[in-house]
Amino acid sequence: MLGYILRRLIATLPVMLIVAVLVFLMLRLTPGDPAAIIAGDNANNEQIALIRNRLGLDEPIFTQFFIWIANILRGDFGESFFFKKTVAELIASRLEPTLALSLATIILAVAIAVPLGVLAAYKHGTLIDKVVMGFSVLGFSVPVFVIGYLLIYLFAIKLNWLPVQGYQRIADGVGGFLQRLILPALTLSVIYVALIARMTRTSVLDVMNEDYIRTARAKGQVEIKVLFKHALKNAAVPIVTVIGLGVALLIGGVVVTESVFTIPGLGRLTVDAVLARDYPTIQAVILLFSLVYVLINLAVDLAYTLFDPRIRY
Amino acid sequence: MSVEPALLAGETATPPPKPGLSGRLARDGGIIFGAVVILLMALLGITAPWLGTKSPSEINPTFRNRVPGIEQATRNDDGTTRTFTYRMGTDSLGRDIYSRVVYGARISLVIGITVAVFSVAVGLFIGLISGYIRWIDAIVMRLMDGLMAIPAILLAIALVSLFRAGLMSVIVAIVVPEVPRVVRLVRSIVLSVREEPYVEAAICAGTPTHLLLWRHILPNTIPALIVQGTFIVASAILLEAILSFLGIGIPPETPTWGNIMAEGRGLFRLYPHNIFFPGIFLALTVLAVNVLGDGLRDRLDPKLARRM
Repeated sequence: MLGYILRRLIATLPVMLIVAVLVFLMLRLTPGDPAAIIAGDNANNEQIALIRNRLGLDEPIFTQFFIWIANILRGDFGESFFFKKTVAELIASRLEPTLALSLATIILAVAIAVPLGVLAAYKHGTLIDKVVMGFSVLGFSVPVFVIGYLLIYLFAIKLNWLPVQGYQRIADGVGGFLQRLILPALTLSVIYVALIARMTRTSVLDVMNEDYIRTARAKGQVEIKVLFKHALKNAAVPIVTVIGLGVALLIGGVVVTESVFTIPGLGRLTVDAVLARDYPTIQAVILLFSLVYVLINLAVDLAYTLFDPRIRY
Repeated sequence: MSVEPALLAGETATPPPKPGLSGRLARDGGIIFGAVVILLMALLGITAPWLGTKSPSEINPTFRNRVPGIEQATRNDDGTTRTFTYRMGTDSLGRDIYSRVVYGARISLVIGITVAVFSVAVGLFIGLISGYIRWIDAIVMRLMDGLMAIPAILLAIALVSLFRAGLMSVIVAIVVPEVPRVVRLVRSIVLSVREEPYVEAAICAGTPTHLLLWRHILPNTIPALIVQGTFIVASAILLEAILSFLGIGIPPETPTWGNIMAEGRGLFRLYPHNIFFPGIFLALTVLAVNVLGDGLRDRLDPKLARRM
């Protein structure tokens, strides 16, 4: 098992290297001289040349790439053109809101979607099934920001139950933190719920005709245990897979949701960096999000053994 | 937002159709609903100038931020007055939301269809070659793995930042993340088809490779590509709206649903209609395309999910 984990970790290296090359080339392909951008409008040619030399921009492109990679491996993502801080500091300061939002969304989505999917499979072909599946298609079709504004309108403006926008650090009080997290997490979880519920239904339906389900019922097991213990556990592998793949949707959703709710996280940082054409920050954020996505899906692969002991590495 | 069909798929095969109209509706209801809504939206976009609209970019400083249904009377040169009804109100520059929403259908549909055509064409080309020629396959698939490791919205956002804002750059930025998914689909079909006896027979008969790919292998990919293309239309429309909403897509004066909503963000608390009207049109269109895709998949290619 340990050997397998190690081999899989090594296998992610080429993918991440390709992502790094793509991200690096993107910056090089952009019009404009980064040294001139950093130097500002009032710099003379000598100052620009100095900065260019400091950044290693007069080296051949291969050398530049290796310097860049070596720096990143040491945690040095360069300096933000726009925020006048190192990119590493910038990311560290924006990490908490994004992490909180993502975790809350995943927990909320799984807690809503899995029971819904099981219910739809159990009531296969009935109105309940059709409603759950209809909601699922709808969830894929309504854009995140429309859902966000709809929830703000309903719960914050009309009912006045929750704050409209903003974020509060967990250190400044858990109550306010949760209060401001509920709406964004709910918004972001809609598409995720649609995805997971749909896969849960299909996957549970697939195992419902198996012999062990009949056996469990024959020995008098209560139906709820049949569904959630016998059926769900055997249906888990595709469900966990889709949760992993859905992280791509989640990351995209974070960018939009943070803009709607004015949450100062990595998603908002991405948009601000693009608006300011702050390429070092854009590069770092994309690398980071891609690494997280790849690693989560690796973890999902490794989790298969937990649900299906027949899978051995 | 990009959703892989493999994630959407997995429905059981459709039961054999009952005879008569009701049977056809039960089986093809999704296709009919989807097609009708899309046609209506297309019609809306095409006939926009004759649907009681005014110029979507005409600003009206004295008539800003008005609620839906308000009327404005203007005096003509000959002393008579005429009134214009703002069915969906006006935005913070006094532009007619209704006109902007109706004209917005144009951009959304053009982008959805253009992105789907380009993605499918490029993906088909790369996928055919990659599936058939081994040494190219190894290189191409690693590149595709790398592209797919970057979440689609992020990749599109990053690409937009490289070009000047405009229709073409938005289309390119949305096509690039979609291509690897098409390549994978086409390649998997090619890999299974190339072992078929008729392909081997064609090889024995001395068919040149390009003709083999064109005549014997390509036709097998068409049903799956129609389904995939439909889902790409949906995700492209959503992605364009997201980019425009974030302020990094089509230039803001152009009436697109995303831009109308971006404009309405600031005053959302007071005038939520700026977001809700375009939002309803956007969601309805994407829903119709998704439902159409689901219906087409069940009809053309129930095993699509397994192939991915």
